[in-house]
Amino acid sequence: MIARLSAGLLAAALLVTGCGGGEQKASTSSAGSTKVGLITKTETNPFFVKMKEGAQTAAKAAGMELLTAAGKFDGDNASQLTAIENMVAAGVKGILITPNDTKAIVPAIKKARDAGVVVIALDTPTDPQDATDALFATDNLKAGELIGEYAKGAMAGKAAKIATLDLAPGITVGQLRHDGFLKGFGIAEGDPSVVCSQDTRGDQAKGQEAMENCLQKAPDINLVYTINEPAALGAYTALKAKGREKDVVIVSVDGGCTGVKAVKSGQIAATSQQYPLKMAEDGVKAVAAFAKGGAKPKGYTDTGVTLITDKAVQGVEAKDTAFGLANCWG
Amino acid sequence: MAVMEATLPRRIITTPTAGPLGALVLACVFFALNSDQFLTGGNFSLIIQQVMVVGTLAIGQTLIILTGGIDLSNGAIMAFGGIVMTKLAVTSGLPPLLAIAAGIAVCAAFGLANGMLVTKISLPPFIVTLGMLNVVFALTHIYSEDQTVTDLPPALTILGQTFKLGGTNVTYGSLLTILLFLFFAYVLGQTAWGRHVYALGNSQEVARLTGIRTQRLTISVYTIAGLVYGLAALLLVSRTGVGDPQAGQTDNLDSITAVVLGGTSLFGGRGLVLGTLIGALIVGVFRNGLQLMGVPSIYQTLITGILVILAVTVDQLSRRRTR
Repeated sequence: MIARLSAGLLAAALLVTGCGGGEQKASTSSAGSTKVGLITKTETNPFFVKMKEGAQTAAKAAGMELLTAAGKFDGDNASQLTAIENMVAAGVKGILITPNDTKAIVPAIKKARDAGVVVIALDTPTDPQDATDALFATDNLKAGELIGEYAKGAMAGKAAKIATLDLAPGITVGQLRHDGFLKGFGIAEGDPSVVCSQDTRGDQAKGQEAMENCLQKAPDINLVYTINEPAALGAYTALKAKGREKDVVIVSVDGGCTGVKAVKSGQIAATSQQYPLKMAEDGVKAVAAFAKGGAKPKGYTDTGVTLITDKAVQGVEAKDTAFGLANCWG
Repeated sequence: MAVMEATLPRRIITTPTAGPLGALVLACVFFALNSDQFLTGGNFSLIIQQVMVVGTLAIGQTLIILTGGIDLSNGAIMAFGGIVMTKLAVTSGLPPLLAIAAGIAVCAAFGLANGMLVTKISLPPFIVTLGMLNVVFALTHIYSEDQTVTDLPPALTILGQTFKLGGTNVTYGSLLTILLFLFFAYVLGQTAWGRHVYALGNSQEVARLTGIRTQRLTISVYTIAGLVYGLAALLLVSRTGVGDPQAGQTDNLDSITAVVLGGTSLFGGRGLVLGTLIGALIVGVFRNGLQLMGVPSIYQTLITGILVILAVTVDQLSRRRTR
């Protein structure tokens, strides 16, 4: 009886598999077509959902089959490594990857490239950057500079007390944005006007907690740099609880739809918008060109960044939130 | 009469690994029919490489679950062991073999600490290992300063090297993993220590009354599990080629998944370590097969979840029947 039951349930489980497989096949081209893989940091972040969308559109247009995989959490190297191996086994022409660990993934990428697969990093460069054939990404230093310059203008000569809500140690993206912000604002690392720096891992709850602690340390903070919009919204919540939300300038990076809406409503003063859909689209196109006998993609391609704000300051080029909302992701 | 009816087919049905083995075979047949890249020696070698780390962790997990305990800290202990061996070898310049030994010893020490807390202060294993998970996770990040350790000496990655087996490249790590499973299958099935582990899991009180020194036995189980996590750390380092402070964050639950899928009861006292190997392979086969078919990886998570619930359902129903 038990055996029959387990057999029945197993059949049910396999049916589920079958359904998943069938549905996928219907949405992509038939077997034997050229395959391209996309490996994102996680499955759930809207940034990567948009990326997948861009890859899917471009793959369909080029008549290619898209395989996707993701890490289980931010920083999950093992799952990405496994995905690379499986995609190479599946016979992909190229792999697009946003590496979770910029150094640790390098040996696996080398193996894939040795097997003749083109590997393109999206959004996040590997360390060293030439471990992949090409990089399609936002210039994160420039993204930081834009909001730094904006903040300088917005402070209008007032003495700044700055909090930086950063990503996490050892992650280049976070470091570049942070450095760019300081550069744009015209100060050096360690400047006394930066009164508080905390890691948030780009998480809203952690961003709120970090801001609460910063306000505890220095109640007169009047400028907040945030690694991304969730962290910015967390900071806003903390400031609002103290009744400080009106007289503090929050700047951020990302350009997600939630973030741009927050710019529109005035919670965030300005944000640097990046374009994940374009990264994936361009990546898939490059693989398609290579698969058709074209040259391997190489080097760095800047996928662009735009400052979004409704309170533009003089001398810093910006677009308004209408533009931001038309081009946002998530 | 009832005893005489316990013929071979009947015994196969009541063997806890029969269901998992059937599921594994079914899954393999399914993927072989749906992907022409699945049924190759190279692909199977790949699947074994992909499950060896979690599989090895799951050996230790099986030992602990057989005693009626659980270990939430194994992935974290492994990550720490990996950082210790790579950092000692690269940053401190220790001879690689000594660094490896130190890494494994550290893992065994954490296992011992878990065992001591569970027995001497009689804390529930769930809580002890939950606490240890956080302690070791933090130590890993403090000691590594969140930096990935690269440029490892060759001795640390030797298990990632391959040898030819009938035209297929197999890593030494895969071989070590299989040997570990066979070794523990022997130890659990054929030695007094192994039988005592099952007795302890069935009833601690009865085990104690039959003269088994249950505290010492429990401590030995957790320590040996820690030692095995140390070997998993070496396998991890050889597979990724780096010391990774972010490693293993979901491996505690993944190893429990492998144990449960392999037909071992979470209530202790019932199960086979070879079942755990099958459980780990089921996860690996689904992950690989679905990827080859072009199914997004989220479906693998969905199916693993369904299979876990199935496995515990079967365990629960068969318990009710034997009762």
